[in-house]
Order: sequence, then structure tokens, then C-alpha cells
Amino acid sequence: MNAREHILQAIKAGRPGAVALPGLEQDLAIHYDDVLAKFKTTLEAIGGQWLEISGEEEVSTFAEQESGAGKFVINAAGDNENSLSEMTARQLAGVDMAIVRGKLGVAENAAIWLTEEQMKNRLLPYICQQLVLVLREDEIISNMHQAYQQTRINERGFGAFIAGPSKTADIEQSLVIGAHGPISLKVLIIKENKIA
Amino acid sequence: MKAHAILAKEFIADEARTDWHDETLWFIRQKRDKAAHTLPEWEQLRQWASEIKNHTLSKLDEYLVEFENNARQNGVMVHWASNGDMHNQIVYDIIRQHNITRVVKSKSMLTEECHLNHFLATMGIEVVDTDLGERIVQFRKEPPSHIVLPAIHLTKQDVSDTFHQHLHTEKGNADPLYLTRAAREHLREKFLEAGLAITGVNFAIAETGGFVVCTNEGNADMGAHAAPVHIACMGIEKIIPKAEHLGVFLRLLARSATGQPITTYSSHFHKPREGQQMHIIIVDNGRSRQLARADFRNSLKCIRCAACFNTCPVYRRSGGFSYHTAVAGPIGSILNPNLDLKSYSDLPFASTLCGSCSNVCPVKIDIHEQLWKWRQVIASEGQVAPAKKLMVKGMAFILARPALYRVAGRVGRWCMRYLPFLLNHKLNPWYRQREMPGPAGRSFRDWYIKNKKQ
Repeated sequence: MNAREHILQAIKAGRPGAVALPGLEQDLAIHYDDVLAKFKTTLEAIGGQWLEISGEEEVSTFAEQESGAGKFVINAAGDNENSLSEMTARQLAGVDMAIVRGKLGVAENAAIWLTEEQMKNRLLPYICQQLVLVLREDEIISNMHQAYQQTRINERGFGAFIAGPSKTADIEQSLVIGAHGPISLKVLIIKENKIA
Repeated sequence: MKAHAILAKEFIADEARTDWHDETLWFIRQKRDKAAHTLPEWEQLRQWASEIKNHTLSKLDEYLVEFENNARQNGVMVHWASNGDMHNQIVYDIIRQHNITRVVKSKSMLTEECHLNHFLATMGIEVVDTDLGERIVQFRKEPPSHIVLPAIHLTKQDVSDTFHQHLHTEKGNADPLYLTRAAREHLREKFLEAGLAITGVNFAIAETGGFVVCTNEGNADMGAHAAPVHIACMGIEKIIPKAEHLGVFLRLLARSATGQPITTYSSHFHKPREGQQMHIIIVDNGRSRQLARADFRNSLKCIRCAACFNTCPVYRRSGGFSYHTAVAGPIGSILNPNLDLKSYSDLPFASTLCGSCSNVCPVKIDIHEQLWKWRQVIASEGQVAPAKKLMVKGMAFILARPALYRVAGRVGRWCMRYLPFLLNHKLNPWYRQREMPGPAGRSFRDWYIKNKKQ
């Protein structure tokens, strides 16, 4: 008998009697009246920053301004970045800033869901020095239960919730922003109805 | 192997460090409370989590098969290992197959449990631990002392000395930002040159065949997305039935662990990236045996948040190394006797049975009750320390004889009053860390008889 059969048989012999799966009544979970305000305060609390912009087209303006300073900026939220998937880890290691479109923002923890489709290259949002994620105001919801209701986690081969910049407190519990991933995270929030 | 009490004694020899350790972990416990109190539904979440895990354990074999089928359809190679040796061999075979020499690994308590690094080192393969805390203890040739905070037993000066020796940082510079940046540079190079990345698994989803890995540092992702081969190692108990259950567990995990609303990265792996190879190793290593023990099976619900470590009055004051095992703390004290009763028979006694661990557990494991039940198993199998056994037998003899008990009480009180040196000496283990209490004027029984008459 191989390991697989052996393990499965041992589990079957030892498992307890049937226990029902609970129904998750999602109404019991917290909902915020002002999800945008909650999202912003949570994001600040976990070391992230935000900037409101008035339309999707302002993302490329933002990218151009940032590149102006001689930085290597990749705007994966732009259209013509199909070559990104071909880039090697070593090439990506030189990226100063990556701008990536998010799909969903969660107010309770400021996590933003994005998949390989938005990342273009799985390594990009992790290896860049600064990460900028783009969200539309109406893509922000209250809690994680709603998030899983509104996404199919296996829609692509890889997807992630990213909440704030990478961090560690492994040295005497002192919080250091910027462990292995980005040392900063900024969220561009598109307010479509923003009056100029 | 030295027992918990002896190792704890070594730890508390440095009083200032013990106090720092105690207070720091208690501070994390308080952060956990603050995070929990932001959610009115917190207790409901714990209840759901507990019920989901109970349900999953009752159909664990079916969910594992469902997970395996879906993962295979996603293009992931699935392996099964009955024990640690088999797990290590599978990892080694994959490494050999690809002629890999450089391996990076993010945090995985399972691989610690299986002593993977040590095994691979004997086969000539160096594994670089990429979690900052794990890298620190790896340089020092120490195991992690805490499952979430591997280097919590060290001061920044210790880390500074270690980094000066291994990474040539400035001598005496103990600035955490400076030291973290040095590790960032050092490990970036390791990520880029690695041929293989090993990660743990926080949750494996049966209905999709995917798995979720949670980190704050981003090290699991840096490794997995850069290397040509990715191996994810999981215990059989990591399964959850559906994607929607992640909502419950991800809301609980980081809040219970560090008081954060969620970890920075919650990565959902389903398919290898273009040109990459992805493996999952499903490991039993005693878990199916634990599942069959009705009194102890629900220890398998654990999601490794370490809330029970941070709240435990014994762990906080004795340090992780006193548990002489990969998973320390209260949960380790109920998991390890299953793996090796003789070697870990001291651990269920490393507790005051105060129950704080059970109260903070996000999946409602009755940890303190299991500690007490393990004590009974250990006693019935004759694994209790001889001195303790003799003392308990003596007590039982006296307590079973009321007249003798009364005489003994009177003699004891008289001795405490007139001959204190009989008790206040180094051979009395109780006296070693404590002052003896003042003797009572009379016994409760005498008081009761007198007051009843009035």
C-alpha cells in the first residue's frame, strides 16, 4: 500500500462522526456606512498611503510624473505592457515603481485583491521598491466575506490580497516598513464623480 | 533530553531578558484583544471557524481527495508522505531531478517538524530561510523559539552581533531599520539565484485545489515567483472545504497572531506560472493517529496563530526553547506527546491549566483540558517523573486518611512556626523560587467546628 492509500485509510478509520458545515450568515459581519473613509484610515494604520484622482486616465499622468525623476517605473495598469510576463527576475529587480490595477478593496483591513491578469508578471508587485495600486471608489467593500463572494479565487493561476507595504517586526518587535517586498504602498483611488 | 523545568530555569537566569520576553508577548496579546474588539462578530467568527474545522475533520479523507484532484487538474504535482523522512526524501528527489543547488524557504513549521534543513544539509544542499526572524536564528544555528516570531528570544544587540559576523554590518549598530535593510539586500540576491522555493501552506481549498500562504515580509512570494520550481509543504489538517471559508479564517488569523487586521500578503496559488513547476507535498506524520484520539483530535484544528503562546504565563516566562520542539507553547504541549509520548511527557505539565490559551484560540481548541487529559495518559503509562510520582503517592496516602491528615497538618504548621529551617532549604523545590507562607493559626476544620457551635 502506498503512502496515499495508507494515509487516507487511517483518516477514514479515525475520523469522528459526521459534523454539519455551518452556514455563514454574512449579515452578521461588520458593514461600514462610509467604506471609503474606513478603507483610508485602515490603510494609513497599516503603513500605506492614498491619493485621490479623478479618472482612469490620470494614472498615466501619475506614471509620467514619477518617471520624470529618473526612476524605472512600470505602469502595468497601462495597455501596452504585454512584454512584462517575459521579464526575468533579475530585470524586475531594477524596478523602482510598479503601478498595478487592483480589482477589489476591503475596508476592514485595507487589503486589495488582484490577480495575475492585473499583475502581468507575478513577481512584479513583490519585487518592485514601491508599489502603487489603483482602485475605483465603487470597488471598495466592507469585509472579507463580501470579497470572497465577489471574486473567484481560481479565476487565474495566481491572485493575492495585498494590504500595505511589506513589513517585519522580527528584530525586538520594532516595526520596520520594507522587509522583502515593496518599502511603500500607495493606493490611487479614482473618484469618478469628483468635482474638479 | 532536558525537561521543560530545567530548560526554563536556564532561560530565567537572565532576569531582565525574561521580563522583556514576558512583557513583549503580553503586549502582543493586548494587541490581539484590541483587534478582536473592533469586530462585534468576533465570537461568531470563532464559532464558525471551529465548526468548519470540526466538519472538515469529519470528512478529511474526502476533502483531501477532492483537493488532490483539483490541484492535479490545475497542473500541480501532488505527493503524499506518511512521515517526516518520506517528506524530506520527496523534496530531495525533486531537487536532484532538477540539479538544483540553491534553495530558499519561507516559514513552514511542518518542515521544522520534519527537520528538513538538517536532512538537506547532510545531503550537501544549503537551504536559506528567508523570513527575517528565521534567517537570524539560522545564522545562529538555533531553532525558532516562537512559530510566528522566530527570534523573539533575542535582543537587537544579539541580532547586530550575528549580522556583523555573517553579513559584515557595522559592529555595534543595532538599529532595526539598518539591520533589516542589510538582510533585505542579502536575501534579494538569494531569491534571484534560487533554483527552488519551498513554502508552507496556511490553507488548502478542496473545491479549487489551490492553497493560500500568508506573510508580512513578502518572502514566500519573492521565492515562489522567482524560482523555476516551487514546493509547498502541508499537513493533512490544512484543508478547508470552500473558498468562502477563507473569509472566516483570514479575518481571524492575523488578528489573533499579531493584532493586524490581515497579513500584508495573502497569496492564492492555483497554477504554476508559465514554465514553472509546482509541487504540493501532503504530510501525515502522526496527524491521522491524533485524529483517531477522540480526546485530542481537535488539536488538529490549529491554524498556527500562536495566540496561545502570547497569552500563556508559562511560555512568556520560560521561552520557546524550554519546550525543546518545533511547535512550542500550549498547542505544542498537546501536539507533541502524540508524536513521541516519552520525549515530550514533560510538556503537558508546563502549564498552570489557567485556561487562557483556550479563551484566545480562534478555532476554539480546548487546549487546557487536553493538557490535563495528556497528564492522565502520561501517568497511566508510567511516564511521570519519579519525584513527582512519589510526592503524589504520598499525598494520596495522607489525603485518604482523615485522622492522619489532621495530625500531618498540625505537625506541618508547628514545624513552619518553630523549625522553619526544616522547610526553608534548597532541597525543597517549592522553596527555590518562593518564600514559604506564614503558618495558619489553626486548620479550617478547627475554625469550622468552633464557628458552627457559635
